[in-house]
Amino acid sequence: MSNLELQEEAIHVDTEKGNFKYPENYEFDAGVGLNEDTVRYISKVKNEDPWILDFRLKALEVFNKKPMPTNWADKDLENIHFDKIRYYLSKGQVPARSWDDVPDDVKETFERLGIPEQERKFLAGVEAQFDSEASYSHMKEDLEKEGVIFVGSSEGLAKYPEIFKPYFGKVIPTADNKFSALNSATFSGGSFIYVPKGVKLKQPLQAYFRINAENFGQFERTLIIADEGSEITYMEGCTAPKFETATLHSAVVELVALKNAKIQYITVQNWSSNVFNLVTKRGMADEGAEVKWIDCNIGSRLTIKYPGVVLKGKGARGEVLSIALANDGQHQDTGAKMMHLADNTTSNIISKSISIGKGRSTYRGQVHMPKHLKNCKNNTECDALLISTNSRTDTYPAITTRGLNNTVQHEASVSKVSAEQIFYMMQRGLSEGEAMSLAVNGFVNELMKAFPMEYSVELKRLIDMEMEGSVG
Amino acid sequence: MNTLEIKNLNVSIDGQAILKDFSLTIPKGEVHALMGPNGTGKSTLAKVMAGHEDYTVESGEILLDGESILGKEADEISHAGLFLAFQYPMEIPGVSIANFIRAARQAHLPEGEEINAVEYYKELYAKMDSLKIDRKFTARSLNEGFSGGEKKRCEILQMAMLAPQYCVMDETDSGLDIDALRIVSEGVNLMRSDERGFLIITHYQRLLDYIVPDVVHVMFDGHIVHSGDKELAKELETKGYDWVEEEFVGAPA
Repeated sequence: MSNLELQEEAIHVDTEKGNFKYPENYEFDAGVGLNEDTVRYISKVKNEDPWILDFRLKALEVFNKKPMPTNWADKDLENIHFDKIRYYLSKGQVPARSWDDVPDDVKETFERLGIPEQERKFLAGVEAQFDSEASYSHMKEDLEKEGVIFVGSSEGLAKYPEIFKPYFGKVIPTADNKFSALNSATFSGGSFIYVPKGVKLKQPLQAYFRINAENFGQFERTLIIADEGSEITYMEGCTAPKFETATLHSAVVELVALKNAKIQYITVQNWSSNVFNLVTKRGMADEGAEVKWIDCNIGSRLTIKYPGVVLKGKGARGEVLSIALANDGQHQDTGAKMMHLADNTTSNIISKSISIGKGRSTYRGQVHMPKHLKNCKNNTECDALLISTNSRTDTYPAITTRGLNNTVQHEASVSKVSAEQIFYMMQRGLSEGEAMSLAVNGFVNELMKAFPMEYSVELKRLIDMEMEGSVG
Repeated sequence: MNTLEIKNLNVSIDGQAILKDFSLTIPKGEVHALMGPNGTGKSTLAKVMAGHEDYTVESGEILLDGESILGKEADEISHAGLFLAFQYPMEIPGVSIANFIRAARQAHLPEGEEINAVEYYKELYAKMDSLKIDRKFTARSLNEGFSGGEKKRCEILQMAMLAPQYCVMDETDSGLDIDALRIVSEGVNLMRSDERGFLIITHYQRLLDYIVPDVVHVMFDGHIVHSGDKELAKELETKGYDWVEEEFVGAPA
């Protein structure tokens, strides 16, 4: 048996860091299954305005009518049993402003995940969501004075409807896809952020999403509005304990970058390998604005996610940098969408995927440049690395370009870590796991340079863990 | 005990015998050259010594200072003190020379011991200077897009940084122009010591003008048929391999 075959056998997903849970103890529980009563319960608990309940009920109708996506999906979706999932679980609706006021089990959870420590070190604000609601939310005082708003979705809609309502559900309409409809019916938690004109956040805001309960669905809703000339970096992380049953995470994230604003949205997704992660993410960039998605998918059973940018104003820029790692039993179906709607808009997509053992990664890209536009540019690079003979990768680019002086560039490559490369590195004294890890880190190295330092360190650590855990 | 000893080694690949009763002993402090025509099993020998899994060892022994290394993983053999300078070094995209050698050095340290980064770079730069490798190379991906000569110099750099007890060099001279040959040879000569043994596998004599061997062996059909001093290499150069074949192959040992 060759080294590589041996390794395929020994591979397993290492989600140990997040693999712990506390007993379930919830004050609010919408029960199992989804119907009108579930939606009414959620809305009532949140004490919402009637228009929000209407919005939810209409979304439920859309969800029930819409078939499962078939063109861009995986057969594994059939294994989601919507009637066995719990749609709302919380200990209360108001997040604590200090860690001291967070219930002990929740606080310990986030301490084990290192969140308070990161907050002290390099963050401007943190929101920590435990199942359906944020348990903790805090932002530095000086930002509050500058008019920055950083709250949960319910609080955002209740307290600042004049700011958030005009954009809520506008970048991603309810009927965009079945899962955006599901989220629109059941959403809870997430971050609503407003950055006033000209305010540039020097440190990132962060949200951490934690699933603790079994048979649970987490449906956070995020809306970030960067007013003219402002700048913000937002980071999200996520973990869950590993259950035997499937867990569902289905978020909707809308970004609005007004004239000359910049939004950078960073995700490090490390869900346990029983989580269906079906997320819709889209940004809108006005004239001269920039939306950049940095999207890293390490965990989950099946991820379907194609962050997109609607380049609405002249000179807008959109970017998606993504890294996906698919281990045994995982399918990372990721990619990007770039919709050019104005002249002189540019977009850039760089995607790197790694398939290990029987893991499967898929890249789907859509670039759209209609006929009436001038001087638009897109660059797409997607590279796949296969670690063993069973690994699988697919690339489905869909590019439509018309019009004058519009250019698109698409490069794709598939490479394999060869037995000879591993032998070469082992001859220098590295163990097989170290050699694999080095090869994989080398593959993503260039792209990682574009990441904020704290996150590239975390990502490197996660990759090392996956690779070292993969050989005996 | 201070020897690299290969005893009656028989090796095959896909049922075809490559090494046939091959024996060779290299004491520390000596440089042995292994010469012979293409296809006689020289490169196979190098790979088997380094623990490559594609070959089947039918019988025989390889002892490093008395310890058997046959059946060990490639990294264990490296830790035991054997270094192989590859004929065709592999490209490792995205992994810089500096990071790779550092990881290799770290792998050779006992558990819990850490490399001193300042000392490491000082040593790395000094050795790069002596091999006339531009310091900018530290940030380049290992062997990726290197010329033949650059790859071979990089092999010698790794060898110098890991300071093994036994060095096996497989056709290090192939693809080198005369200047690169001289530089690589100087690098090897600096490493010659009573504490270290060398096996230099080469097709041509010209490398041995710069790295003067203590013993020269000629290999035919899977084993050594004739050995001599450095003059033997020169004789091979002028007379070719045919006379060795006529004189020694097939004749009773």
